[in-house]
Amino acid sequence: MAKQDAPEAKGKTETAGVTIHVAPSPHLSDTTFTTRRMMLDVLIGLTPAMLVAVYIFRVHALIQIGSCVAFCALAEFMFTTLRGKKVTLGDGSAVVTGVILGMSLPWSAPWYTAAIGSFVGMGLGKVVFGGLGFNIFNPAMVGRAFIMLSFAKVLGAPAYVDADSTVDVLTQATPLTAAKNWATAVVGAPETVAPDQLDFMRLFLGNTNGSIGEVSALALLLGGIYLCWRRSASWEIPAGVGLAVVVCAGLANVLGLSPILPHLHLAGGALMLGAFFIATDPVTSPLTPKGKFLFGLGVGALIVLLRLFSSYPEGVMFAVLIMNALAPLINQWTIPKPVGGPMPVKK
Amino acid sequence: MTAIMTQGAGRGTFARGIHPEEYKHYAEGAAIEVLPTPAEVRIPLLQHLGAPCQGVVATKAPVKVGDLIGEPGGFVSAPVHASVDGVAGRPGAVTLPNGRHVTAIPVKADAEQALTGRALFDAFYGGDWPGEGELKGYEPQAIADVALQSGLTGLGGATFPTHIKLKRNPEKPIDTLLINGCECEPFLTADYRLMLEAASCVVTGALLAQQATGAKDLILCVEDNKRDAAEALAKAAEGTSAKVLIVRTKYPQGGEKQLIIAALNRVVPMGGLPLDVGVVVMNVGTAAALAGAVARQRPLTHRIVTVTGGGVAKPKNLLAPIGASYNDLIAFCGGMTDQAARVISGGPMMGFTVGNLNSPITKGTSGITIMTGAEVAKASETACVRCGRCVDVCPLNLVPSKLAMASRMENLDVARQYHILACMECGCCAYACPASLPLVQLMRMGKALVNRADRG
Repeated sequence: MAKQDAPEAKGKTETAGVTIHVAPSPHLSDTTFTTRRMMLDVLIGLTPAMLVAVYIFRVHALIQIGSCVAFCALAEFMFTTLRGKKVTLGDGSAVVTGVILGMSLPWSAPWYTAAIGSFVGMGLGKVVFGGLGFNIFNPAMVGRAFIMLSFAKVLGAPAYVDADSTVDVLTQATPLTAAKNWATAVVGAPETVAPDQLDFMRLFLGNTNGSIGEVSALALLLGGIYLCWRRSASWEIPAGVGLAVVVCAGLANVLGLSPILPHLHLAGGALMLGAFFIATDPVTSPLTPKGKFLFGLGVGALIVLLRLFSSYPEGVMFAVLIMNALAPLINQWTIPKPVGGPMPVKK
Repeated sequence: MTAIMTQGAGRGTFARGIHPEEYKHYAEGAAIEVLPTPAEVRIPLLQHLGAPCQGVVATKAPVKVGDLIGEPGGFVSAPVHASVDGVAGRPGAVTLPNGRHVTAIPVKADAEQALTGRALFDAFYGGDWPGEGELKGYEPQAIADVALQSGLTGLGGATFPTHIKLKRNPEKPIDTLLINGCECEPFLTADYRLMLEAASCVVTGALLAQQATGAKDLILCVEDNKRDAAEALAKAAEGTSAKVLIVRTKYPQGGEKQLIIAALNRVVPMGGLPLDVGVVVMNVGTAAALAGAVARQRPLTHRIVTVTGGGVAKPKNLLAPIGASYNDLIAFCGGMTDQAARVISGGPMMGFTVGNLNSPITKGTSGITIMTGAEVAKASETACVRCGRCVDVCPLNLVPSKLAMASRMENLDVARQYHILACMECGCCAYACPASLPLVQLMRMGKALVNRADRG
């Protein structure tokens, strides 16, 4: 059967029942790791935090995350269709954006803010740049920033608190708001005691108020370690964030600028969510390990800066967006040198 | 037995790279068999890196195995010899899997062959080989000359003429000779079987090459998935100055610049050659061929070819005459199965697909890998999410995704800025890419565009 009359190769050759193809090398590929699998890894990594969210915020968490996912998918479908491109919902990236946007919102945010955030995030944050892989800013953070600036009340500190709630944590201000108030109070009255939301174990385990997905540092850490172990996120980014936060917050504390110690910064607010799941968005972070670490350092430093000196209690979102804008520049700075040096220019 | 080293001057590995599934199980257990003499061989006049040969045999002239039929066409060139006893035919064109159209001289085989079967194998690899003391009698220059006359080229795949490596260069003395038995390409087992079955021949060739280059150290390098081969070499190297070094199983460990890092912790400058850092790297098959050429006056007329993969009925390692067709070898291995989807000259990472199975095998054909649809399957292409997997695996520390995008957009400035010409097309990036982007293909395109622009 292997005998054949050798027709010239034109893409494929018939050999008595067997069709052989020609193709460029390599002919092997790692089929266990695909874009889709990478997105699935993010969802698996977020699962512990989602479970904690459901435990603390009950049905609100499900509604918020569910509606953001649905609106993001719908937005991607609509916008890619409008552009006349193939709809690529199958890669799972719209679902990931939806989950992260939902997890970054307060439990009380009304449905239309979720919808607006999703549409702005997918439209202005992603599809206008050419879709997955071409966006400059993290789409979920673009959507969230839009809501925050347009509907200040919806994401303001009071939105998190429900004095009449049967859920204990919801009756208290978020830890970072409490921290901000405490830091201000301490200036006039140094004997003011720290609010009980700033108990490290409470922050670490997640028994606090906050945006839906950010409350439990432990759950996010577990998921984040999984993500880095799978190498679906680069460990260099959270490492950089963590290092910069510890150094900057430590320095601020030593210099007497802030009473809040570094470990509270690490466990409080959206830091873990941001470091492991938002800043690590590969599309909007640098390409090389060195660049990623620099990027992480920048995010961490900006978070501390914004938390301490801006009028907002939290700084993860703006820190990530600012560093997204700097990623191309970091890429320029960190073009790796080939092994053996650059190719000499031929005379 | 010479002790097997697990640690040399290097770390036994290089940075980054990949570890694909090995698929060596198909043919690793198959002892080398001799291909029955095919009815006709077609011997291309260009089988090496460099200038093509000039045919020197008249049509209808009778030839014997080892007769010169093509003379080298320059310094970087190697002669070709008849690989069967028979009658030369009229030269014609053949297309090799790498896409080059070259002239080939057909030789119709006689019914009677001087050497066939086991006798042919023994003539090349069997029997006793001279010891290190005896080998000292050979003049270094004479060894290089014999390598040239015998048409020796690197048998690992790159087919660089061997005599150039062996020739001493007073300005660039060689201190270390590495014999490359890594065989890091998945599927291929030709070098492995050779090391197991002809270890003495390999060691003799290695000692001869050491003598020719004047290298102080001789290290035979084998990946740690072939420990039995390393033991065979160590046994054969007993009492000689040759050392055996185990290196980590990893692709592309057998790339000579990667091997030099792993074994010696030296970095060959980009655009340079191993001799720039005082090293010569030679494949085990080439070493064996050098032993045959010098000690037994046998030019390079045959080589060991692995026929393997899920698409071939009976995977084998064959000693085959150069110029036999892919069909000849595949037919001897029971033909292709219904699952066969792609026939590759060489291994799956860097091999070329064969479109015409009547093409002849050449000095560089280390294997015929016939992969099934399932083995070549890959996920459908999605957008690049810049995950950086390609950066994590590139043995040369490049940024393949950036280079591929620059090539696609024909943005030559970015391609140059990110060192596109440094790429050696090993395929690690495309293997690892979760978006299944054709990174190597784009890289080749970009390199061609940059080279064309540079020529003006």
